[in-house]
Amino acid sequence: MDWEVVIGLEVHAQLNTATKIFCGCPTTFGAEPNSHTCPVCLAMPGALPVLNGAAVDKAIALSLAIGAELNRHSVFARKNYFYPDLPKGYQISQYELPVVGKGQLTVQMADGSEKIIGVTRAHLEEDAGKSLHEAFVGQTGIDLNRAGTPLLEIVSEPDMRSSAEAVAYLKKLHALVRYLEICDGNMQEGSFRCDANVSLRRPGAPFGTRAEIKNLNSFRFLEKAIEYEILRQKDILESGGSIVQETRLYDANRDETRSMRSKEEANDYRYFPDPDLLPLVLDEARIEKVRQSLPELPDAKRERFMQAYQLSAYDAAVLTAGRDLADYYESVADGVEGKLVANWVMGDLLGALNKAGIEIQDCPVSAEKLRLLVQRIEDKTISGKIAKEIFEEIFHQGGEIDAIIDSRGLRQITDASAIAAMVDEIIAANPQQVAGFRAGKDKLLGFFVGQVMKASQGKANPDQVNTLLLERLQKPE
Amino acid sequence: MAFDQDAVRRTAHLARLALPQEEVPAVASQLEKIMSLVEELSAIPTEGVLPMAHPLDLEQPLRPDQVSNQDERQRLMANAPAAEHGLFLVPKVIE
Repeated sequence: MDWEVVIGLEVHAQLNTATKIFCGCPTTFGAEPNSHTCPVCLAMPGALPVLNGAAVDKAIALSLAIGAELNRHSVFARKNYFYPDLPKGYQISQYELPVVGKGQLTVQMADGSEKIIGVTRAHLEEDAGKSLHEAFVGQTGIDLNRAGTPLLEIVSEPDMRSSAEAVAYLKKLHALVRYLEICDGNMQEGSFRCDANVSLRRPGAPFGTRAEIKNLNSFRFLEKAIEYEILRQKDILESGGSIVQETRLYDANRDETRSMRSKEEANDYRYFPDPDLLPLVLDEARIEKVRQSLPELPDAKRERFMQAYQLSAYDAAVLTAGRDLADYYESVADGVEGKLVANWVMGDLLGALNKAGIEIQDCPVSAEKLRLLVQRIEDKTISGKIAKEIFEEIFHQGGEIDAIIDSRGLRQITDASAIAAMVDEIIAANPQQVAGFRAGKDKLLGFFVGQVMKASQGKANPDQVNTLLLERLQKPE
Repeated sequence: MAFDQDAVRRTAHLARLALPQEEVPAVASQLEKIMSLVEELSAIPTEGVLPMAHPLDLEQPLRPDQVSNQDERQRLMANAPAAEHGLFLVPKVIE
C-alpha cells in the first residue's frame, strides 16, 4: 500500500507599504543598520503602536481577491517568545480573530486539470529584525530596520497532495500578490517566504504527525524540500518508527532537511489580546473603496486574452502568469497580430530571458521595440528569419531596428523580377530535382525554397518565392 | 486548578525569570491562590457574551501610510549596552 502526502503552506508576504505597520519608520530595503527605527519598533518603554491603514487595505485586497470571509471585527494579540531580533519579547500578530477568514485559490496543474486549495485564514503581523551571526566574534549584531515591517501571513488548508500542487499553489499566490501590488514578491530578499507542513498517511486514514519546514525561499526549494521530506518520513514509518512533530530547516546546499529545535516548548507562545491596540473594525465604505481599486485579476485577464487576442488557453495562461509579462505582452500586441506576438514573447523573448537569467521587468528589449520588429515582419520589410537575427542582436547589443535593417541591407526582397531571376537560376542548376518534382515528388518544393532563400541570404520574401517556384515548376517545358 | 512546582519552573523559564529553587514552593502556593481567585470568575454565566478584547469600547484608529520618523539612530542607540557599526551587539545566539 502506498503513502499519501498531505501538505499545507504558511506564506509570509511582506506588504509593500511605505512605512512600518505600527510606526512611521520607512520600510525601504538596504538602508544603514538601525537607521529606520524609532521608540516604537525598538520597544522603548511607553511607546505605543498605531496601526497603518495601508496595511489593512492590502489585507482587504487579498481577501476580496480570494473570495474570503472578511472579518469586520478582528483583534491583535501578543505572541510571546524571546529572541534578540524581537525587541519587545513578543510579536504583535492576530490569533483568535484574524482579519481574513476562509477563502480559496484555484490552481492550474501542468496536465491542464484544476484544483481548489482552501485558504484557512490570513492575518496581519509585524516582521522581526535581522541577526548577523558572522560579523562579530562571540557576539551577534542586531539590525532592527526590518522589525515592524507589515506581514500578511496566509495559511492554507492541508489540501495539497504532491509537491507539484504545493508549487502550483505558491506560484498562484505569488502571482496574485504581485497583481494586487500588495507585495513585491522578491523571494531572494525574503519579501515572500514560505513554510511547509508535511505529513504522510495511508490514503483515507487520519492525518499523520507533521514536520514544519522553514526557510523555503524559492519554488524549487519548496519542491525539493517536500520531496526529501516524503522520503525521510517514509523511511521512518516503514521501519516502524514514528514522526516527531518538529521544525526542520531546509539546507539547499545539501538538499536535505534537518531538525531545528523541538517545537514543543517553543510553541508555547501564550497568546493574549494586545492591550495596546483596540479591535480593528472594518466599515463597508473602506472595503468598497478597496474593491473599486482592485486591478484585473489573473483568471479574468486570461479569459480576456483568449477573447481579445484569439489565444489558446495555454498561451493565455503562460502570458498572464505574471502581471509584468502580461503588461509587456499587451504593450507589444497593441495594433499587431496577437498570435504572432504571443509566439514571439513566449518563444524568442522568454527563451532569451531564461538563458540570460533576466526577469521580464529588466528585459533589454522594450515592448515598443519588439512591436516594431513584429510590424516589420507584418509589413514585409523583413522575413521572420531575419527578424530572429535582429532580435538576437538587439537583445544582446541593443540598437535601433530600422537602422540595423538599412545599414546591413536586410530589407526583404519583394521585387518580383529579382526573385524570378533567382528562381530561374536555381531551377536551371538542378535539372534532376526539377524532373523529380514534375514526376510527383511534391516534397522537393521545400528543397527549392531552401535553395532560393539561401541564394538570397534569407532576404527573399518566402511567399513570393513559393508562388514563383510553383508557377515555374508546374509549367510544362 | 493545580499550579505545581513544575508549572512554576516552566513558566519562569518561558518568561526568562531566574527563580531560585528554594523560592519555587512559595511562588507555587502564591500563584495557586491567585489562580483560584481568577477561577471564581468562571462561575459567572457568559453564554452568548462575546469575548472582550479590550476594556475600552472604541475602535482602532488608523494611521496614514506616510513616513514621519527621521533617522535618529545615534540618539536611540545611546543607551545600548553594546553597539558597533550601527548594530546592537548581544551575546552570541546560535539557532
